[in-house]
Amino acid sequence: MSKKRWWQAIGAVIIVALGIFAYQTRQVSHAGESITAVGSTALQPLVEAAGEQYTGEHLGTFINVQGGGTGTGLSQIQEGAVQIGNSDLFAGEQKGIKSAALIDHRVAVVGITPIINPKIGLKNLTTQQLIQVFTGQVTNWRELGGANVPVVLINRAQGSGTRATFEQFGLTNHRSKTAQEQDSSGMVRQIVATTPGAISYVAFSYVNSTVRSLSLNGVRPTEDNVKTNRWRIWSYEHLYTKGQPRGLTQRFIQYVQSPAIQKTLVRQLGYLSPDQMKVERDVHGNVTRLEGGKS
Amino acid sequence: MKTTQQLEKQLKRHSKAAKLEIWGKVVSFSALLLIVAVVVGIIGFVASKGIATFTSNHVNLWDFLTDKKWNPGITDANGKPEVGALPMIVGSFLITILSAIVATPFAIGTAVFMNEISPNKGAKILQPVTELLVGIPSVVYGFIGLSVVVPATRAIFSGSGFGILSGTCVLFVMILPTVTSMSVDALRSVPRYYREASLALGATQWQTIYKVVLRAATPGLMTAVVFGMARAFGEALAVQMVIGNAALMPGSLVDPAATLTSVLTTGIGNTVMGSLQNNALWSLALVLLLMSLVFNLIIRLIGRKGRLQ
Repeated sequence: MSKKRWWQAIGAVIIVALGIFAYQTRQVSHAGESITAVGSTALQPLVEAAGEQYTGEHLGTFINVQGGGTGTGLSQIQEGAVQIGNSDLFAGEQKGIKSAALIDHRVAVVGITPIINPKIGLKNLTTQQLIQVFTGQVTNWRELGGANVPVVLINRAQGSGTRATFEQFGLTNHRSKTAQEQDSSGMVRQIVATTPGAISYVAFSYVNSTVRSLSLNGVRPTEDNVKTNRWRIWSYEHLYTKGQPRGLTQRFIQYVQSPAIQKTLVRQLGYLSPDQMKVERDVHGNVTRLEGGKS
Repeated sequence: MKTTQQLEKQLKRHSKAAKLEIWGKVVSFSALLLIVAVVVGIIGFVASKGIATFTSNHVNLWDFLTDKKWNPGITDANGKPEVGALPMIVGSFLITILSAIVATPFAIGTAVFMNEISPNKGAKILQPVTELLVGIPSVVYGFIGLSVVVPATRAIFSGSGFGILSGTCVLFVMILPTVTSMSVDALRSVPRYYREASLALGATQWQTIYKVVLRAATPGLMTAVVFGMARAFGEALAVQMVIGNAALMPGSLVDPAATLTSVLTTGIGNTVMGSLQNNALWSLALVLLLMSLVFNLIIRLIGRKGRLQ
């Protein structure tokens, strides 16, 4: 009995020793390197597609992309829990974020347009009218020359990047009145398409034939108008890192910013490339014209 | 001499069965410890986060519970953040109570049919049906609600179709199987001789059901209803899809409204840990947790009263 015990104990020690040896000498190289990017659901499709392409080209790397929202992305990167925080907003615009420690990598520009149910029959609004609609001063579309249906506002959730951008540039910093809130653009489009009198706002890539996008002050929501800032409701999509990125994080961000991705994937997925922009906007919303207008 | 020593050793040593006994006790006790630790951990975490709104952000508890404006990102004219949770609390209770009111007669009716009127058919058809209903994931209920209930409400009452009425319809179907199966258990636990005595006195079957069985089963039925309410109160996904998520005091049943859970699920991804917006959401979670504790207490209380009778 006791002899058997001894052998068992020796066997266990050997196995543990082998395990430790194997762990210590495991292949530590590029193989198995992985990073995590968390945050904005508006940016998620791009980062996911780019990540898939990158890992396809660089075997053994793994890029894990998760949604969760802009707030989650920024707070996770601030805590250093992930390598990349995806955000629709400048970090300085989000409350509770110390933007000094974070480094901004702009990877795309996204235009946002008001959308309405097609049966309302309007094609153009002035900014003033849009503000009246969203602050509740206009409650029936008849008052603006549309069909006789009550206005149904549909907002994105508070703190959503799309909503923040729309309120800042579409409503010129007026706050939308409290109304129903949805937490995804796909849901917003479906509700606007099926609810008479509904109005909301989505990124350009979400607009399809079931809803109608509105011109503002006679300016149509097109990519060309975004490039020149004639269409003012747009925002950068940011990848934030804590401090200078290193290793795979750095290589991946460079990859996303490279012409290979900017000229293909970014445009295919309905974003604009920051290189296409003829203007630049800072965190306070000040716009400067870029020299020469790269295109 | 040697044999007595051996015998002593043999007798004092734990037998295989005794070792197994100890092993079993250790396993079950550690499982218990783990669950207790998890529960205490969750309550502690939610409470510490939820209280931060009042301690570190200096929001008045009374204002939090009675104000009607919910804009945690914005401060009002006095520099106070707008964190009035009343619309959500009212929305949650309204939708819970309404769905319980609608579901109870159907659930008890079904239970009576399954247990008293036609136990055979009940066991064959209704039992599997209710069990199936329990198993349907809440997102499926929400999706059906979004594509059937909401357009129907819109067609009948105009407006957007999102609101407490749609939420009630979805929750009614969701809690129905829970309440039904618990009502069946309650009716089943009524002793057989109650029915026999009643029938022997010349009562009809309906009289027996109405005057004897249901009366005797009242505590159990109430437990079933409160259990259903607890489920309705905590349901997030399906409700969020059909209620419209507008943090407004519900003016009518077809206006968009919000519940505690729907505000939590839409908002949590857009706030930053440690900020007031995030803490305010944790406070809502704390309210939610406290309410489900209250529901549990009510169930216990009813159970105890039932036993005393």
